[in-house]
Amino acid sequence: MEAVKNIPLFAIVLSLFSGVLCTMLKNKAARIYTVLFECALIAGMALVLIYTLQTGTSFTYVMGEFPAPWGNEIRAGALEAGMALLFLIVMLMSVIAGMHYLDDMDASRVHLYAALLNLMTAALLAEIFTNDIFTGYVFVEIMTLTSCGILIVREIGRTTLAAIRYMIMNLLGSGLFLLGVVLLYDVTGHLLMVPMHQEIIELMKDPGSALVLTMATGILTLGLAIKSGLFPFHYWMPDTYGWATPTSAAILSSLVSKCYIFLLIKIYWRVLGTDVFAAMPLKYILFALGLCGMVFGSVSALRATNINRMVAFSSAAQIGYIYAGIGLGGRYGWIAAIFHIAVHAVTKSMLFLTTPRLAEVSDNSLLFKNLTGSAIRDRDAGAFFLMGSLSMIGIPIFAGFSSKLLFGIAAVSSASEPMMLLLMLALALSSVLNALYFLRTVIRIFRDDGSRKICPIGGRWDYLMPMLVLIVINLLLGLASGVFVGWIETGLSMFA
Amino acid sequence: MIETLMANYEEAAAIILFGIGFTMLLFQRNLMKKLIGMNIMDTGVFLFLASMGYIKGRKAPIIANGVTDPARYINPVPAGLVLTGIVVSVSVTAVMLALTVRLYHRYHTLDLDDIYIISKHQTEDR
Repeated sequence: MEAVKNIPLFAIVLSLFSGVLCTMLKNKAARIYTVLFECALIAGMALVLIYTLQTGTSFTYVMGEFPAPWGNEIRAGALEAGMALLFLIVMLMSVIAGMHYLDDMDASRVHLYAALLNLMTAALLAEIFTNDIFTGYVFVEIMTLTSCGILIVREIGRTTLAAIRYMIMNLLGSGLFLLGVVLLYDVTGHLLMVPMHQEIIELMKDPGSALVLTMATGILTLGLAIKSGLFPFHYWMPDTYGWATPTSAAILSSLVSKCYIFLLIKIYWRVLGTDVFAAMPLKYILFALGLCGMVFGSVSALRATNINRMVAFSSAAQIGYIYAGIGLGGRYGWIAAIFHIAVHAVTKSMLFLTTPRLAEVSDNSLLFKNLTGSAIRDRDAGAFFLMGSLSMIGIPIFAGFSSKLLFGIAAVSSASEPMMLLLMLALALSSVLNALYFLRTVIRIFRDDGSRKICPIGGRWDYLMPMLVLIVINLLLGLASGVFVGWIETGLSMFA
Repeated sequence: MIETLMANYEEAAAIILFGIGFTMLLFQRNLMKKLIGMNIMDTGVFLFLASMGYIKGRKAPIIANGVTDPARYINPVPAGLVLTGIVVSVSVTAVMLALTVRLYHRYHTLDLDDIYIISKHQTEDR
């Protein structure tokens, strides 16, 4: 079983290699290779998860035999392995379900798209597993470039414009993140997370150094908040997700932004330590922005006239939930935030893979006024959209319900009464708004106005199979949330 | 305050450069100027890192004349980080330039606001 310890590093290196390989393959071969490679990675991550759960500890892979504080490290615990496993499954399902739309793409580009997906997988895994903050920065930039690549693969003007806006916001975020990393390195003298943490504990005793640390953490957090689309930095989201190909929209909304948040959580836990983070005023800012995101994201979704923009604004609201959980802190605050990362990854990818099918049977329009009756014309997509919406609203048995329940528990167990009240209020308001805009859409797409001929399109296995997998995971997260909460608790115990 | 800034003038200059670059990237409407801003911002961080990594009186970490005392050399890590950062910055600039060229070919302007207005009236909008 010791060989399992090599899997995270090999997964990252092989993903990078696969990216290069795919540029040399033909379209079909690149597609098949990517799917098979993702399957192999999923099997590998499952092994790492089983190994870490069995041993009850995380393991560190020291590269080049240079021990800390030199060298570079990869560290894998149950949380990292589980999150990587879930992200890879969502990525694979998004690729398979969106395969049909890749045929519309310029034929000379499909293998390049596969190459970008492999490079993105490398960045995703590296950000999840790295124990070195500068390696984190390098892969954040690789993630930014590959995200931009999978966005502009659809060659229309609005997509390029969306990509430019996406890149500008991401570059602002990257610049701030780099400055934060450099400041932290400057005061601690380390890049590896554990030695950094030991130095930070000493430095916090000195008020001058504590101020520098708070500033550095603030700058770093601001960078990742911009990149992940926290309110009020979420305005790039609707254009980006709205104009991307279905697979790209699903991956960008459910994996890329979550990956940045996961890296941020790792920095809070492993570099700062939860006690140091809890003593910083930063948590109140994150909490407040999270609450604003929950409400204003939902209000913007309610005002949207295009289904993709609505789902994108809903993402901004869901990101608000995650940041509110982080800002709230405490045992349940962290659990709720991490659980919501998983829930949102599964649900949002499903919604973004459904909307193009509804548009396809509505004169290729995503505008609500043209979508009337689309769920009757394409029953599969309608059913999947309904289930995704019910999950987002928080109807029992679906994952969204467990998530909102966890946020409720987190609010009630909070030591601060004002924070508890504010979170409960925002949770109630956001849920009502969620129900309003999702049910309004569901009613519209299921209402047959008789203006169009009903011509249901046949179910394709390459669409039905991945969507069913996403629904099963969604239901598992909803019905067996205790198991997942247990996994997160075990993971957090070996995360710091 | 002024004395502290004068004593750390390299770091102060780096932060000012970062601020200028950040503001340009955020507020300039012209895409080329935005790109220049991005490069100034990155350069600010690299200057900060390079100045913090250099200690006056010490030499580059290449053993010369058989002197192996670490106190005689500077730490090579900040220089390594700057090099990595430059590679990242160049790659990002290349991608941004490619996107800018593509946008210019389509809209015949580099002004982001104008591009946005033109794109809203296009028929490919759904």
